[in-house]
Formats: sequence, C-alpha cells, structure tokens
Amino acid sequence: MITRNDVEYVANLARLTLTEEEIERMTKELGAIIEFANKLSDLDTEGIEPTAHVLNLYNVFRSDEVKPSYPREKILQNAPSHDDVCIKVPKIVE
Amino acid sequence: MLYKLTAHEAIELIKRKEVKCQEVVESVLERIKQVEDKVKSYITITEEQALENAKKIDEKIAKGEDVGALYGLPIALKDNLCTDGIRTTCASKILYNFVPPYDATVVKKLKENHMTLLGKLNMDEFAMGSSTENSAFHTTKNPWDLERVPGGSSGGSAAAVAADEAFFTLGSDTGGSIRQPASLCGVVGMKPTYGRVSRFGLVAFASSLDQIGPLTKDVEDCALAMNIICGHDPYDATSAPIEVPDFTKALINDVKGLKIGVPREYMEKGVNDEVKKAIEKALELLKSLGAQYEEFSIPIVEYALPTYYIIASSEASSNLARYDGIKYGYRTQNYDDLIDLYKKTRSEGFGAEVKRRIMLGTYALSAGYYDAYYKKGLQVRTLIKRAFDEAFQKYDVIITPTSPTTAFKIGEKVSNPLEMYMSDICTVPVNIAGLPAISIPCGVDSNNLPIGLQIIGKAFDEETIIRVAYTFEQNSGYRNLKPQNL
Repeated sequence: MITRNDVEYVANLARLTLTEEEIERMTKELGAIIEFANKLSDLDTEGIEPTAHVLNLYNVFRSDEVKPSYPREKILQNAPSHDDVCIKVPKIVE
Repeated sequence: MLYKLTAHEAIELIKRKEVKCQEVVESVLERIKQVEDKVKSYITITEEQALENAKKIDEKIAKGEDVGALYGLPIALKDNLCTDGIRTTCASKILYNFVPPYDATVVKKLKENHMTLLGKLNMDEFAMGSSTENSAFHTTKNPWDLERVPGGSSGGSAAAVAADEAFFTLGSDTGGSIRQPASLCGVVGMKPTYGRVSRFGLVAFASSLDQIGPLTKDVEDCALAMNIICGHDPYDATSAPIEVPDFTKALINDVKGLKIGVPREYMEKGVNDEVKKAIEKALELLKSLGAQYEEFSIPIVEYALPTYYIIASSEASSNLARYDGIKYGYRTQNYDDLIDLYKKTRSEGFGAEVKRRIMLGTYALSAGYYDAYYKKGLQVRTLIKRAFDEAFQKYDVIITPTSPTTAFKIGEKVSNPLEMYMSDICTVPVNIAGLPAISIPCGVDSNNLPIGLQIIGKAFDEETIIRVAYTFEQNSGYRNLKPQNL
C-alpha cells in the first residue's frame, strides 16, 4: 500500500515538487503499479544470482594520453546561465 | 515518386547514375512537405543541410570519389541520438534547447557511409511510452489511420518510414520501442542483441536494456542498416567485442529444416483474435516452406512485465538524476536556493510519464524496498534469461506476435498507465534477456491496420532472424506494405 506520505518522501528523494493534484494521482497510480510488481514475490528466488547485465562486463582501460577537450564555448553554449568562462549556479554557502 | 523506393533500390539507382542523389533527397523533402502536416513524425527537419549534402555527394560521385555504402541516402534519427550541432530534445521540455557537441557513434558511422540527414524524429519523452503521446512537442499520427497512435516510443521513426518520409530511420528499443511501433505502422524494425550496437551518444533511459536499431521498408534494408551501425566501440563499455558478420549474406530465401518454437503464453489472453490468426497463418506459410514449428511453454514470461517496470524505472531514475538545470537544458526562472532550483527545474521540465517512472524507480531503489523490488527484479531476470537459453537448446528461433493488438486510438489508453504498459507484453522479455528480435508485417486486420510478426533469436544470431524474416517476406506478399489513403 502506497500512502500519501510515501509519495511525498520519495518525491523529495527524487528532487521533484509535486502539486496537490499530482500527489493524489501518483498515490493511486504508484499504488497500482507496485501492486502489479508485487506479483514478483510469488516467485521463490532464494539463492538465485541477480543479473544486472546480460553481457559479461569487464573493465575497459584506455591509455593515459593527453588529448584536447571540447572547446569551452561549445560546452558553455548549452548552459542555461554562464559568463565567458564559467557556468553560473546559485550561491551555496552563505 | 523516388521516395517510394526502398533504400537498396534508391542506392542502386544512384550507384548506376540513373538518378542523382539530389533528386532522391528533393523527392523525400517534397514528400515530407506533402504529408508531414498530417503525420507529424519529425521534431526537427534539416532541409538546408540535406540539400547541401546531396549536392556534395553528387560532386563526389562525378569525380569518382568514395561515397560509402549509402550514396547520400536521406535518412532520419530518433531525437534521442546525439547529433553534433543539431538539437537533440528527447521530446522533452527539459532538453528543448540542447545542442550536442558530438555525434553518437551510430551517427558517426552513418556519416562515414555518407548519409544525408533529414532531421530528428518524434518519440515519447525520454523514450518512455508505447504511443508517442508523451512527447512534449506533439503527437505523431499513424499513417494508416490518422486517428490512431503510431506506437512508441520510436513512433516518429516508424511513422516516417511508413509514410515514405525517410528511406530508413534509427530508433531505440528498451522494452519494445522499435518493434511495437514497427508492428503498428507496418514496417520492419529490429532490436539487435544487447551490446551489438554502441549506445555511446544515445540519451540513456535504462542502460542495461536500451539498444539502438533500424526501422526499414523491407528486410534487405534492415540488413544493410545493420551492416553500418553494428560493431564494438571503445567509448561504450557495454559494447560487445564480437565480430560483425555481413548481414546481407543472411538474405537467404530458405527455411528448410529450421525449428521454430511458439510459446503458448504469447498466444493466450489479451492477444486479439485477428492478430492470433495472422500469426498462425504466418507459421503455416513457414511450415509449407520447410520449417517445423511446435508450441511450447515458457511460464516465467508472465513475470516479465513487472520485472521490466522495476528494472527500467530504477535505471531511469538514476540516469535522469543528471537533469538539474545546471550544465544544459531547461532551468526554472524563479528559485530560492540550489535545491529549490533542482526541484523546480525538474518538476517543470519533466512530463507526467517521466515523473511517474522516476518516482517508481526511486521507490524501488530506496532503503527498505531495494531487496523486495530491485534485487528481486534482477533475480527474476536471471530466471527469464535461463528459460530462453533453455528454449534455444531446442529451437532456432521463437515466433510470437509483436503487439497484442493493432494500432489503438489516440487518447484511448493515456489515462490508464497499466493498460498502456500491456502494449509491450510480447516485446519486453526479449530486452530482459538481451536477445535480438525483429518485427515484420504479416498482414492487416479488418480495419486495414498492419499486424506484426516477432521473430526472436539467440544472442548474436541476428543472421538466422534475418533469414527467416527474408524468407517470410519474399513468400508472403507483405513486402514494403504501404498505407493507401495518405
């Protein structure tokens, strides 16, 4: 059972602010989807290895070479707020 | 009417110097002008660059220079593939103005083969959805019936091919997002084996499930596109260092001795009767051509959909945590402090379905629920993978419907997320197990809407799938199926 409190708690973790209407709708919808997912508890998975990835993954190393980075203006062009050399963010420390 | 040709036919004409690349590109741009108002498959159209590129290709051809495998063929890309200098929105408000500083590896490969890029195609926001109704820009219409959805999330990619607005397109498939819209729009769509195609430059939805693949007019075009996009990429640690065969060599009109498994569970409740009949007819045709088929049972697939929604949403919530309004994309206007900026930016920037999945994923990953949902999902994934491995001990391919129904009406399922999720019931198990699968047209229903046949193969055995699909296509009369009234 998903409660309104759960939704508010999870929204904060996910860095979302939900409107009153969204909280109500999300409580209902998440509840239904979680109930649907609870079907998984029918299965006995004792001792079954979890599969995070279907491929056998291994570490990929590259040689430590100095290469040019992307041009600064190309990166800054996408920033919502910037000056000539920096991306601007709100003040963090008072 | 050059736009009506398949990719391989158009390339052949340019190669033989019977038409110029420019004529082909102009023909498709003309077609886009003619039907795009109705279909709305594009988000961005790069007309000027396309014409410029075509001219360059023609000059190269005149001089006898190398023009790769594509000869300037006009194609288009789902708008979650990064294109250097061309905006890439993921159909989201949060990325509405994002211009990538680099190309995705698949885009680089297409450029090396001298494609002409027509533009970027509409999709469900961040590839989340089964109808392309979740786009922050507009809803794409099904070219077969403009009141119906094209499927999703690569709905723009499928509709563009069906409406002849591109010779082929690339989409991405996390739970069926290439195959289901291909099925609903009557085109060929392939999800390659996980790891076959580099995901570098694909905006991630669920990293362990996503795979890029082509949507094409026929199976030969699919093989051609696969030859270009597949291969190991050091920029993607999940790309498989496995040799890529020449897929056009698998275009063999012969299925003699082939063993086909038909899982009972995929033909039961929820699957529309007309769809079921079309699949049975297709199986009979393959049998008459020398293949054998039999029903078998794979009961674990009943758990595939909840497993998928847990794994996909968990990975999505983690991937989408990067959207904070700092380095790129949308940023809210008014805020108090940094946390408030994050929250308002994300709440204003993401659409309803994306928020729903972020919430579900964050919940499944949160302390106290991790074991019950996420870890459990990964364990069930092991069981699903094992069940398929076992089935492939007996069968060369597995055949199922691609979608339980044909295209549904716009608005019909938007208010019920669980019902919408059911659209993916036949495609999702393939992503969970990382297998390759193709959807090809196998008929139309009484409303004249296309039906798709799904052929699933062993990991890295796309060749057998292509062979079965090609044989079916050559003998069924459903090659390059077109909507009549557009």
